[in-house]
Amino acid sequence: MKFILNTKVVNVEAHPLARLLDVLREQCELAGTKEGCGEGECGACTVLIDGEPVCSCLVPFGQVEDAEVSTIEGLLGQHPLQQLFMDEVGAQCGICTPGMIMTAITLDAQASDEAIRTTLAGNLCRCTGYSAIYRAIEKWQANR
Amino acid sequence: MPVVGTSVARKDGIGKATGAAQYADDLVFPGMLYGRTIRSTIPAGRIRSIQLDFDPEGFTIVDVGDIPGRNVVALIEDDQPFLVEREVRHLAEPILLLAHADREKLLTAQVRVEYEESPPILDPEVSTRVFKAIDIIKGDVAAALQGAEVVLEGVYRTGHQEHVYIECNGVVAVPEAGGVTIHGSMQCPFYVVKAVKSLLGPQIGLRVVQTETGGGFGGKEEYPSMLAGHAALLALKSGRPVKMIYDRLEDMVATTKRHPSVVRHRTGLTRAGRLVAMEVDVLLDGGAYVTLSPVVLSRGCIHAAGPYRCDHIAIRGRAVFTNTPPNGAFRGFGAPQTQFAIEVHMDRIAEALELDPVELRRLNALAPGDRTATGQVLREDSSAHQVLEEAVRRTDFVRKRQGLRGTNRGIGLALFYHGAGFTGSGERTLRSRARLDVTPTGVRIAVGSTEIGQGTRTMHAQIVADTLGIPYYAVEVAQPDTSVVVDSGPTVASRTCMVVGKILEECALELKGRLNGQSPAAWYARHGSVSIERTYEPPSWIQWDEEHYRGDAYATYGWGCDVVELKVDPLTFEVKLLKVSAVQEFGRPIHPALARGQVEGGTVQGLGYALLEQVVMKNGGMANGQLTNYTIPTTLDTPPLDIVMLENPYPGGPFGAKGVGELPMDGPGPAVVNALRSIGYDVRAIPAMPELLATLDPARQQP
Repeated sequence: MKFILNTKVVNVEAHPLARLLDVLREQCELAGTKEGCGEGECGACTVLIDGEPVCSCLVPFGQVEDAEVSTIEGLLGQHPLQQLFMDEVGAQCGICTPGMIMTAITLDAQASDEAIRTTLAGNLCRCTGYSAIYRAIEKWQANR
Repeated sequence: MPVVGTSVARKDGIGKATGAAQYADDLVFPGMLYGRTIRSTIPAGRIRSIQLDFDPEGFTIVDVGDIPGRNVVALIEDDQPFLVEREVRHLAEPILLLAHADREKLLTAQVRVEYEESPPILDPEVSTRVFKAIDIIKGDVAAALQGAEVVLEGVYRTGHQEHVYIECNGVVAVPEAGGVTIHGSMQCPFYVVKAVKSLLGPQIGLRVVQTETGGGFGGKEEYPSMLAGHAALLALKSGRPVKMIYDRLEDMVATTKRHPSVVRHRTGLTRAGRLVAMEVDVLLDGGAYVTLSPVVLSRGCIHAAGPYRCDHIAIRGRAVFTNTPPNGAFRGFGAPQTQFAIEVHMDRIAEALELDPVELRRLNALAPGDRTATGQVLREDSSAHQVLEEAVRRTDFVRKRQGLRGTNRGIGLALFYHGAGFTGSGERTLRSRARLDVTPTGVRIAVGSTEIGQGTRTMHAQIVADTLGIPYYAVEVAQPDTSVVVDSGPTVASRTCMVVGKILEECALELKGRLNGQSPAAWYARHGSVSIERTYEPPSWIQWDEEHYRGDAYATYGWGCDVVELKVDPLTFEVKLLKVSAVQEFGRPIHPALARGQVEGGTVQGLGYALLEQVVMKNGGMANGQLTNYTIPTTLDTPPLDIVMLENPYPGGPFGAKGVGELPMDGPGPAVVNALRSIGYDVRAIPAMPELLATLDPARQQP
């Protein structure tokens, strides 16, 4: 089945009902997308499908045919938020971080504090209490 | 340039933000199988028969008969088996292990277990099996209570709390020449060595490697030993690598939680509000096996009188058996439960005596020179009054509290402290070690302390760099691999900076003498490698009588005062947190950004404990074992946090540092409940769910 993975057209054989999360991690060998709960509550497995953040544990692989899927690996370590998450300690244990960053990059430059909180509400972090994540995002916003 | 006290770039690198960091589930080995645990479905009884209702072709099946060594998870008492032999003591207890290359086949395999059920003991208050009892006696509490002008009693309860590290427990066991290697998510690789060596027997070699760990909070202190043992048994029997990763439901239902507690206070006071007698009874629900309950109880009891001075104290504690999965380590380790009780009790006392809660605490808070419940004389590094005054000042507490009267908004505070390091003579017995190796480019730290998000690697490297006077980048940190690093004791008890950091400081000092002015790299080029290893020696003045619970319970304490501002929806009884201030003193922060992260993260875990996180137990098991119905704070539940880190150096810690990891967990529970009390909700239990608040509606309590 064909889809666009991190800007490249790929053809991957997998059961259409397989979880997108598993296809990405196993067939595509992109293990940066993490599993936290397997039921769409924690957001650790967030990827972008056609630019929208979704929980890849809830998406049957067949649904992404011809769609554009972006994972943390697609940022190539070059998105400013990635370094900022480390510098501001927005990542502690790091397991929520790829998903958190994938959601955060969809924020627009003018997003209010309220909009930031609402956008990130589907991504759980148990380590930071979120404050350091806001600090990373604020620094990014200030320099966009 | 010195790096201690600055927020230098972390040793983690960028891997956590690029997805490159390798967690247990990211590891793939050729020929790897997946493992699964068949668990009991009853809380108490005996196994009558086990029947496999699947075609065993391609499966590896392990039962108790396959255990080469001892079937006990060696920890404190040797009572918990890796696999049930006959008697089932709790729901979700491991009975049988399966492995298969195909995950679908593995998950659909049916095993039928028949039981002879017996009535379970589920209520700790009726349990008569005591795992551990503790008595702390200071003065003559009975006489002091009789002489008291005012006596106030109260009963306070806390529920289970689930860790919800976002990475579930997981390991991969890989058979290697002469034995097996465990790669896994864990806090204490040498605990795993101890337990799994005993399971496999002396003939089988064992190496344990900590992978990047997606959160622990105590939940990966003791449990990974069980899981590692299971994976090792499957790997040895199949001769292939076996990966076992729990899904969220299994992780929540089967692994440890914070001990539920019932704490009773009977307190004597003068009319002016001076504490004259404190009688405290602490009950912890230990679950079905001893595991860590004795030491959780110990820390809970020592902190049960709160940060207050009183000449007559009697604290009686018990941890008891119930037919529920064993409760275990969780950030705070008994102290959040007992300090919840005393801090809510203090606000009830203030109410009864018509005193301001701040004034009551000012009158009674411990100061340097005062004696704690165990008789420890506090030193200069004690800051109860400082954290209290700063918290009250910056929140304008007294005026704000007055102003909010009669509204649905409230403000409350909690004063608390937390002993750093192992209790009593624990650090002396542990004899933790640390090692520094000189390398071609600088030095390498070789300790068993794990990085679980809190910043172990970074903070240790800062201590070593400044002590040696070398650049921070010249210090590397070895991955905890038990064949490479030394046993630095477990990564628990707020001890990784204060204790292991201290040993590293001593190693660095000794090495500095050896280098005689040369850089490590220059020394290496001329002489080759050298290693310095040291063992921890606690301060010589620490005296502890384990039998009578007298003496210096901890080398030092961190101190905190939290202030919570909130409002209650009068129709739905939902609580909206408006602002939380946390003023905390833990010596000197080595890396301020990481230290702040500990305070922020711990505070929010405490807020979840106070308001949201309710483990619903049915027939001895967690009935809401999903993140859908066990909720932790999201961004929308988390208020703005105002964090203040006061400094008061501890002379026995590296660069004056104390421990910080657990302290922030102690305050939010009581501060939230005291804020609710200020509105009129007489809450004496957490979590304070809307359903509970509805029954306490002050609008309906009015005559």
